[in-house]
Amino acid sequence: MDLDFSAADDAFRAEARAWLAAHVPAAPLPSLETAEGFAAHRAWEAELAADRWSVVSWPEEYGGRGSSVLRWLVFEEEYYAAGAPGRVAQNGINLLAPTLFEHGTDEQRARVLPPMASGEVVWAQAWSEPESGSDLASLRSTAVRTDGGWLLSGQKTWSSRAAFADRAFGLFRSDPGADRPHRGLTYLMFPLGAEGVTVRPVGRLDGKPAFAELFLDGVFVPDEDVIGAPGDGWRVAMSTAGNERGLTLRSPGRFSAAADRLTALWRERADPSDTALRDRVADAVIGAEAYRLFTYAHASRLAAGGSIGAESSLNKVFWSELDIALHETALDLLGPYGELSDEAAEAPAHGGWAEGHTFSLAGPIYAGTNEIQRDIIAERLLGLPKGRR
Amino acid sequence: MRFLPDAEQREFARALDALLTAAGTPRTARAWAAGDPAPGRALWSRLADAGVFALAVPEEHEGLGPLPVELAVAFTELGRHAVPGPLVETVAAAALLDRLGDKAASAAWLPRVAAGRAVVSLGVPALTGPYALDADTADAVFVAEDDTLRLAGAAGPVQPSADPVRRLARPSAGGTVLARGPEVAAATAYAAEVAALATAAQSLGLGRALLDRTVAYVRQRTQFGVPVGSFQAVKHRLADTLLALEFAQPLVHAAALALAARGTAPREVAAAKVTAGEAAHAAARTALQLHGAVGYTEELDLSLWIRKARPLRDAWGTPASCRARVLAP
Repeated sequence: MDLDFSAADDAFRAEARAWLAAHVPAAPLPSLETAEGFAAHRAWEAELAADRWSVVSWPEEYGGRGSSVLRWLVFEEEYYAAGAPGRVAQNGINLLAPTLFEHGTDEQRARVLPPMASGEVVWAQAWSEPESGSDLASLRSTAVRTDGGWLLSGQKTWSSRAAFADRAFGLFRSDPGADRPHRGLTYLMFPLGAEGVTVRPVGRLDGKPAFAELFLDGVFVPDEDVIGAPGDGWRVAMSTAGNERGLTLRSPGRFSAAADRLTALWRERADPSDTALRDRVADAVIGAEAYRLFTYAHASRLAAGGSIGAESSLNKVFWSELDIALHETALDLLGPYGELSDEAAEAPAHGGWAEGHTFSLAGPIYAGTNEIQRDIIAERLLGLPKGRR
Repeated sequence: MRFLPDAEQREFARALDALLTAAGTPRTARAWAAGDPAPGRALWSRLADAGVFALAVPEEHEGLGPLPVELAVAFTELGRHAVPGPLVETVAAAALLDRLGDKAASAAWLPRVAAGRAVVSLGVPALTGPYALDADTADAVFVAEDDTLRLAGAAGPVQPSADPVRRLARPSAGGTVLARGPEVAAATAYAAEVAALATAAQSLGLGRALLDRTVAYVRQRTQFGVPVGSFQAVKHRLADTLLALEFAQPLVHAAALALAARGTAPREVAAAKVTAGEAAHAAARTALQLHGAVGYTEELDLSLWIRKARPLRDAWGTPASCRARVLAP
């Protein structure tokens, strides 16, 4: 694709490519959803951070390079093309950090961001509750005022990475008397190892503890770990939700790299007379390219002073469905080997698509279900009237 | 950065949109379908004055082009307004003559194309089948077949078709041979890329118009005491329509950029063609379904857009051929 990158962009790309070629582990790390793999991925974060590659778009004072969004996209393309490991720190980097940049204090940024960038502190999200999924504003976990801080109680669930992470962030009801459900919520950060926290890992479809339930019983959190004003948590969190769905959660590089692998697999294994499969491979390749171009266009709008709002819902639906299509097409190409888990002794010879497939199946559910996203698209982008959910 | 159309290109689109809105294209299209090309020819001249056809003609022949990006911008607006006539074929024929470099044929036809004085059709039987669009009313029908480019004579009878605004006729056999040889095949391949790009852009605009009209309809149509657009089943279908169009658009823009930069971009053009064509086709199905029975009528102007979506999806590159091309080594 003939897109204009400046000479400086190209130099940045070359630098990233060279570094990755020298550092990316030759063999894939164990799954980051296991204790052993989590530790290995944490060490990889430290290696990235040592040469300022873990958070390229952050200001230098926090461990970044002050790169533009466009450069970040370039880095991500190189990162996934190099077959580099999944990012165990991504919940913090993609969800919490943007909130701190927008709503945090200088003290919070100085304290929280550098250890996040280095992988020293890995963050989990704590949004959902057993009775509050898509209707997040109905959440019931409480933050009760105490001397110098807050006491958190209640239950959080589907907390990604919480089985092995160090700290978590989420919303708590601090004013039960507020007139509307989304008022009276406070955004807090808390340690998962603190007294009063019980973490119960939950196995996802493939059994790996990719998320956890959190039981909180009077967990003390000091005032310094409140982000934004008490009671203003909904507004603060929504800026994070926008980032999660939007540009920063799933960079196009992931899908471009997967589409390249899929094409290679198809050339190597497909029956040339199977045009139905060929069409699916073509659609996956086209989809990855469409997502890349769409994202660069949005990054250009951002660079020109625009902002991303409900458009991020378009992104989220698109990449999550693309991801499943990519992986299911790969499994179909693999035939009987598509049934193997990545841990199977014979799996490495067949592309290691299984874990990616399992992960892709969650895409239409997390970060706001695709049903909610389609409501947002219809109401905010097309101007259709609100209705019952 | 060129990830987005620039200010001048956006202004060009706005100007064409305004021109076509004021022109009342549905009446023009219905007259064209009924065999009265006069209003369509008048509109054609105004589009030429706005610079549309000059985009496909080089400066040495009184054009401004070739400018694929601007051409895609223009054809999106032509599709949005369901403008009748062999628009794609005219710019593709101009691209063919330009690439071929035949001085006599270029001098004879390209200035007339740029000025809007020639409505031209083009048949490439290997790609478009036996018919050439609007061959009955075109001032010239070029046929590129087996390394030979000829100017065909009068066209055979119009074959009634699914979109009556698209008048299909067989170019006559014989006529004047203009060129022969492998350079004809090369120029035809390029012309087919220009045609596919223009058709993709046309589909994009067509899909946008179908979506806009349907959104407006479901906002005002009430059942069970509420606008039908408040129902989730309706919303989600429209959200999917927008999604498909939003992600087709950058592919069309990128294909135009690639064609401008390299002079050939078969993979990019094919990706744009299949994606925009499918998006518009799906938009037509959604428009029909969400309008209900009234959408199934010929009388409603919506039919002018609905009936064009499927032919455009297949013209100058079927979905299957485009997908194969995307994966061609």
